Amino acid sequence: MTKLLDAPARPGRAKRPAGPGQPGPSGRSLGSGIRALLTSPKYGPVTVTAVLFLAIFVIGGVRYRGFFSGQVFLNLLVDNAYLIVLAVGMTFVILTGGIDLSVGAVVALSGMIAASLLQTGWSPWTVIPLILVLTSVLGLLVGLMIHVFKVQPFIATLAAMFLARGLCYVISQSSISITDETFVQLAVARIPLGGGMSITPSVIIALVVVAIAVWVLHATRFGRTVYAIGGGEQSGLLMGLPVARTKVLVYVVSGFCSGLAGVLFTFYTLSGYPLTAIGTELDAIAAVVIGGTLLTGGYGFVLGSVLGVLVLGVIQTIITFEGTLSSWWTKIFIGALLLVFIILQRVLTARRR
Amino acid sequence: MSALLARLVAHRLFWPIVMLLVLFAINLVAFPGFFTVTVREGHLFGSLIDILRNGAPTLIIAVGMTLVIATRGIDLSVGAVAAISGAVACSIILGSPEPASPATVAVAVAVALLISLVLGVWNGFLVAVLGIQPIIATLILMTAGRGVAMLITEGQIITVNSPPFKALGSGFWFGIPIAVIIAAVVFGAAALITRRTALGMFIESVGINPEASRQAGVRARGLLFAVYTFCAFCAAIAGLILTANTAAADANNTGLFIELDAILAVVIGGTSLAGGRYSLLGTLVGALVIQTLVTTVYTVGIPPIATMVFKAAVVTVVCLLQSPTTAEALSGFRRRLAVRAGKGAAVS
Repeated sequence: MTKLLDAPARPGRAKRPAGPGQPGPSGRSLGSGIRALLTSPKYGPVTVTAVLFLAIFVIGGVRYRGFFSGQVFLNLLVDNAYLIVLAVGMTFVILTGGIDLSVGAVVALSGMIAASLLQTGWSPWTVIPLILVLTSVLGLLVGLMIHVFKVQPFIATLAAMFLARGLCYVISQSSISITDETFVQLAVARIPLGGGMSITPSVIIALVVVAIAVWVLHATRFGRTVYAIGGGEQSGLLMGLPVARTKVLVYVVSGFCSGLAGVLFTFYTLSGYPLTAIGTELDAIAAVVIGGTLLTGGYGFVLGSVLGVLVLGVIQTIITFEGTLSSWWTKIFIGALLLVFIILQRVLTARRR
Repeated sequence: MSALLARLVAHRLFWPIVMLLVLFAINLVAFPGFFTVTVREGHLFGSLIDILRNGAPTLIIAVGMTLVIATRGIDLSVGAVAAISGAVACSIILGSPEPASPATVAVAVAVALLISLVLGVWNGFLVAVLGIQPIIATLILMTAGRGVAMLITEGQIITVNSPPFKALGSGFWFGIPIAVIIAAVVFGAAALITRRTALGMFIESVGINPEASRQAGVRARGLLFAVYTFCAFCAAIAGLILTANTAAADANNTGLFIELDAILAVVIGGTSLAGGRYSLLGTLVGALVIQTLVTTVYTVGIPPIATMVFKAAVVTVVCLLQSPTTAEALSGFRRRLAVRAGKGAAVS
C-alpha cells in the first residue's frame, strides 16, 4: 500500500537531473560529472560495483601470483555460468518489485529430473526441453498465485521452494550420477580462445541468455512494462500497460532461467543431488542487489547483475588463492566481504539524499 | 445466522484455524488416541503436548519475527543466531569443571543470551543506521553466523552431559514441558508489552512509513534497533532449547531452515510482509499449523522426507483461501445463494 503511495514520486525525482532545468554531466567539470554519475539512482550503484570489482581484481593481482590472468577471469564465467543465468531471471523478478526464493530448489530439481530420466535411458534432447517446460510451468503457477490471488511473492515462491525441494527428495534421497554421453561431452568440452585460454559451452549459453535479456529489457514493450511495474504498478495500470500479463510472465522467465541454470549446473557437476544449490537463491539475490538493482523494483540492469555474480565469484577466487582458510573462516570471510561491499556501495551512493 | 457466518469467515484467523482443525481431524482418524493427554510420573504426555513442545522453538522465533516483519523488515539470520547461542552455551558447559551444576548452566545461558543481544544490535545497526535493505543486511549474518558458530565449536558437534541444561529442552515443570513454559512466557511478554502499551502501535507506524513516524515524533531508529535485538534474543532462546533437546550443539544443522518456518508461521497467521499490521495470536496459530503438519506427516505414515511437499501444499492452500480474490468469489457465491433462496421463498 505504501509502495503505491510513494512509488510515483520516485521516477519524478530521478528524472530531474536529466531534465532541462539542470545541465547534464557534460555542462560541468569532470569531477561533478563523476559525482552525478555516482549519485544517480540509475547508474550510481552499478558504476560503483564495476569500480569495486576492478579494485578487488587488482588487489588480488598484487597479492597473489598468477591471479592477474585472462584465464582466472574466464574461470569466473566458467564456474558461475549457472549463477549468471539465475541472476538474469532474478533481475526480471526484482525489477518488478517481486522476489523469487525458489530458484535454488528448482536448480536442484532440474538436476534430479535430468539425472533420473537419463538413468532410465531418455534422450538428453527430450530431457532438456522437458525440464525447461516444467520449470516454466512452475513459474507460471507461481506468477498466477501472486497476481490472481495476491499472495506475497516471498510466500508464493517459498511454497514453490518447499515443493521443488520436497520433490527432489521424493525422486531420490541420494546422489544420482550422470553417465549420458552428450552430457559428459558438454561437461568436459572446452572452447579455446587462443593464448591458452578457454571457456565451456555453458559460458556461451549464459552469455546468449544475458544478451537476450538485455535486448528484451531495453528494446521491447515487455521490458519497458517490467520497469514501469517496478516504478509504480498503479501508474502502469493507468497508462494501459499489460501489467497482469507482464507480472505473471516475469515469474515464467525466472522459472525458465532456473531450469536452464539447473541444466548448466548438471553439466558442471554431472550428477543430481537433492541437497545441491541450497542457499543459491540468496547468492542470486545478493548478485542482483550488489549489481545495483533495488529490491523495491524499477531501477537496475541485467549487466549489473552479471557484475554482481562476478564480484561473488572473485571473492570465492580470492578465498581459493588464500588457500589456508578453513571452511568456517570461508563463511565468515564471504560475509565480511559482502558487508564491506554493501557498505561501500551505500556510502558512495548515499549522497543523493 | 448467515451474517454471523460471514463475519466469522472474514476474520483473518478463520482459515488458519480451519486448517489446524482439519489437520487435527486427519490425526484423529489416523491415530484415535490423538487427543488423549495422560499424566505419567506427574508429567503431561500426549500428541498435543508433543506438538506444543516441538513447536516451541519455532513459535519463539516467530514471535520475534512478527515484530520485525511488522516494521516491514525481515530477519534471515535467526537460524544462524540460534546456532551461535547453542554453540556458546555448550562450549561453556563443556569447558567448565562442573558441567552438571546449575550455576554453570546459568552462566552459559546468560552469556549466550548476551551475545545474541550484540548480534541483534548489529542487525539493527545495519538496518536502522546504514539503511541497508533488511533482507540483505540479515543475509550477512546468516552467511557469516554459521561460520562463527563453527569457529566456536571448532567444526565439531559438541555434546554435553549436563542434566540442568538438558532440562531446558526436555524437562518438565509442574508437569508441563519447560520449553512450552518458556514459549508461553516469551509470547505473553511480547503480547503484553506491545499490546498493553503504545509500543505495538509505534512498531506498526514504523512499518507503514518510517520517515513519517519519525517526523510524528516516533523514534523509528530506536524501535528498529529494539525489534531486531528482540528477534535475535528470541532466536537465542530457541537455539538453547534446540541444543538442550539433543544435548549437542551442531553449528551446521541447529536451526537450519527455521527462519523460513518462522516467516511461514507469521504469514499463515495473517501478518502481511508489507509491514504495518501484525497479529501475535495469528503467529501462534501459524506455528501450531506448521508443527501439527509435521506431526501429521509422521502419524499418517508418509515418509518424513516428503514433509516439504506437504508444507508447500498447506502454505498454498492457506494463502489461496486467505486471498482477497477468494473472499470476493465466496461472497459472490453467497450472494447468489441468498438471491436464489429469496426467489424460492417468494415462489412458495
